[in-house]
Amino acid sequence: MRIAVCIKQVPDTEARLRLRQDGRWVDEEDLPFVINESDEYALEEALTLAEKTEGEVVVFSLGPARVKEALRKALALGAHRAVHLRDEAFDGGDALATARALHAALSRESFDLILTGSQSDDSGYGATGSVLAGFFGWPHAWLVMGIDLEDGGGSLRVVREMESGMNEIVRIALPAVMEVQAGINHPRYASLKGIMQAKRKPQEVLAAADLSLDPAAVGAAGSRLEVVSVAFPQSGDGAQMIEGDASTAAKTLVEKLRKEARVL
Amino acid sequence: MSQDVVFQDVVSQDLMSQDVMSKKIWIVLQHREGRLHRMSREAIAAGQRLAAALSGQAEAVLLGAGMESLAAEASGYALAAVRVIDDAKLASYTPGGYVSALAPALRAAAPDFVIFPHTYQSIDYFPRLAQEVDAGLLPEITGFDDATGELLFSRPVMGGKLVAQVRVKGEGTTLLSVQSGAFSADAAETGQAPVEALASEEITSDREILGVEEVGGDQIDLTKAEVIVALGRGVGGADKLGPSEELAKLLGAELGASRPVIDSGWLPRDRQIGSSGQTVAPKLYLALGISGAIQHLVGMKGSSTVVAVNKDPGAPIFTVADYGIVGDLHEVVPALTAALEELSD
Ligand SMILES: Cc1cc2nc3c(=O)[nH]c(=O)nc-3n(C[C@H](O)[C@H](O)[C@H](O)COP(=O)(O)OP(=O)(O)OC[C@H]3O[C@@H](n4cnc5c(N)ncnc54)[C@H](O)[C@@H]3O)c2cc1C
Ligand SMILES: Nc1ncnc2c1ncn2[C@@H]1O[C@H](COP(=O)(O)O)[C@@H](O)[C@H]1O
Repeated sequence: MRIAVCIKQVPDTEARLRLRQDGRWVDEEDLPFVINESDEYALEEALTLAEKTEGEVVVFSLGPARVKEALRKALALGAHRAVHLRDEAFDGGDALATARALHAALSRESFDLILTGSQSDDSGYGATGSVLAGFFGWPHAWLVMGIDLEDGGGSLRVVREMESGMNEIVRIALPAVMEVQAGINHPRYASLKGIMQAKRKPQEVLAAADLSLDPAAVGAAGSRLEVVSVAFPQSGDGAQMIEGDASTAAKTLVEKLRKEARVL
Repeated sequence: MSQDVVFQDVVSQDLMSQDVMSKKIWIVLQHREGRLHRMSREAIAAGQRLAAALSGQAEAVLLGAGMESLAAEASGYALAAVRVIDDAKLASYTPGGYVSALAPALRAAAPDFVIFPHTYQSIDYFPRLAQEVDAGLLPEITGFDDATGELLFSRPVMGGKLVAQVRVKGEGTTLLSVQSGAFSADAAETGQAPVEALASEEITSDREILGVEEVGGDQIDLTKAEVIVALGRGVGGADKLGPSEELAKLLGAELGASRPVIDSGWLPRDRQIGSSGQTVAPKLYLALGISGAIQHLVGMKGSSTVVAVNKDPGAPIFTVADYGIVGDLHEVVPALTAALEELSD
């Protein structure tokens, strides 16, 4: 089975964020980046499926130079090849523009299955995989919590998360795009051997021109959305912040929970 | 139905006397077991407000099979029309079915905005619909503002740590979804809307539904807990739960958790709180090392008193908390236990 995985590199959710000077996004200087959480699960799912079918896993990521770290990690985990969509023209794309570029790169080869994460931890559109499926004209499913091959590889039995603690089971014909939800599996750790091997695995870099893409159709220029500004959220009343060292703060809190909130 | 026809005439006369450039807003309503989904009513409220801001018209769209009573429910709102695609092939939701039903209608009517409730079902298909009809795609708005003379939408980014203001560029239709709780369902204006059939073409499905199953076999019901100690990724590992468990025991509390805690296997799935877990409303909710992403907040914001302990003063959990402590939970939790023990001595 030939499987592609789209991974996005995003700021570590643990990182303290600072705003960029123009106020339109976060300041990326000194910001730690990681593979998007649900994409790690997507990669693990791809590696497992490829092991079962003696298949190949190719990872694709669109983003600036720093993204090669994320791709190297994916190679260390077991992906066979990596493709880096790297061009200033790709920057600042919404889900439609990013999926358009990914589609151009992915359709140079033929895959049986494309896996993405369900949502990026930075832009959070929850949409890039579905749009990508649209460009291919393939079926898709969002929030996938289980994938099993059926019909000797002709279709998938897919578990989809629904609200209210239920899952839906559906059958979807291949080729397809599956948007994997965190928690579907237990992602492996990279082994020392994997890390060594990653250095020798092929990483291809593609620019818009390599894909015959009009720069006006991708990135910020090709997007229907434009982020005007970002800000830290304002709360309604906000929390009453309790100061002091741990012990003082704990005592004050207990006092307030008893006398003010009357919940103890 | 005769009354509906009368209203329909009134609406069409209104339309004729109106600016032909007036904006058209569609609201696609989700339903379950014959009733409108709560978030559909929030979407109606959002659509009515957007229509008012743009001096436009809001219309509702319903898809499904056997839609009479749902159409009647929707027609009780102040809308220019309720448009219905009633087809046996839409008896169960599939993205293929919904996209193939809506795409021709969208192309023909070319509304300026199409509003969806930001539910798991909508997110599964409306991005695909946007691609299909070449529309703009704006997921998860929490509000909009035209005070500057330009329409700007807000939506959470960075897992809710930041709010982005977004402008829609270009001509044509934009599909957007409205996050839970952003608009109040009670603010949806009632009225009487005419019901009309919406023409569709061949409806095709792209998946076969095999069934549903329960996720974790809800052994633990957190919905009735009076006190919940909820753990987030900040707890740092399954081997670090001890002090929080001790605190929970002292408080007579149940343990709850955010999704990553469950996904990492630190606690079982039936402890998850949030949009894909349980919805709780205890007297006291202690959020320890939880950042406060919307998918978590929707599951706990009904709590009476919320305490948040987080080492990041910018964590969005503090925007919904009543009391906040900025600090390391590994210090604060034992200190809380000590303070409570002192009390009972
Ligand atoms: C479709 C969908 C459904 C989802 N459903 C759910 C759901 O049902 N429930 C849910 O919870 N999430 C859900 N999520 C995930 C959600 O978006 C967030 O990723 C998740 O809630 C984050 O969990 P967290 O706050 O524990 O982790 P993080 O966001 O990583 O936050 C950890 C926090 O701990 C703090 N911290 C770290 N160390 C310490 C310390 N020593 N002391 C004090 N504080 C510390 C950090 O400052 C940070 O704020 C869903 C996501 C999607 C896309
Ligand atoms: N720049 C990118 N490069 C590779 N994959 C991406 C990129 N952006 C989004 N994706 C994929 O699409 C998924 C959903 O992202 P989003 O639509 O931004 O929430 C992610 O989890 C990734 O799998």
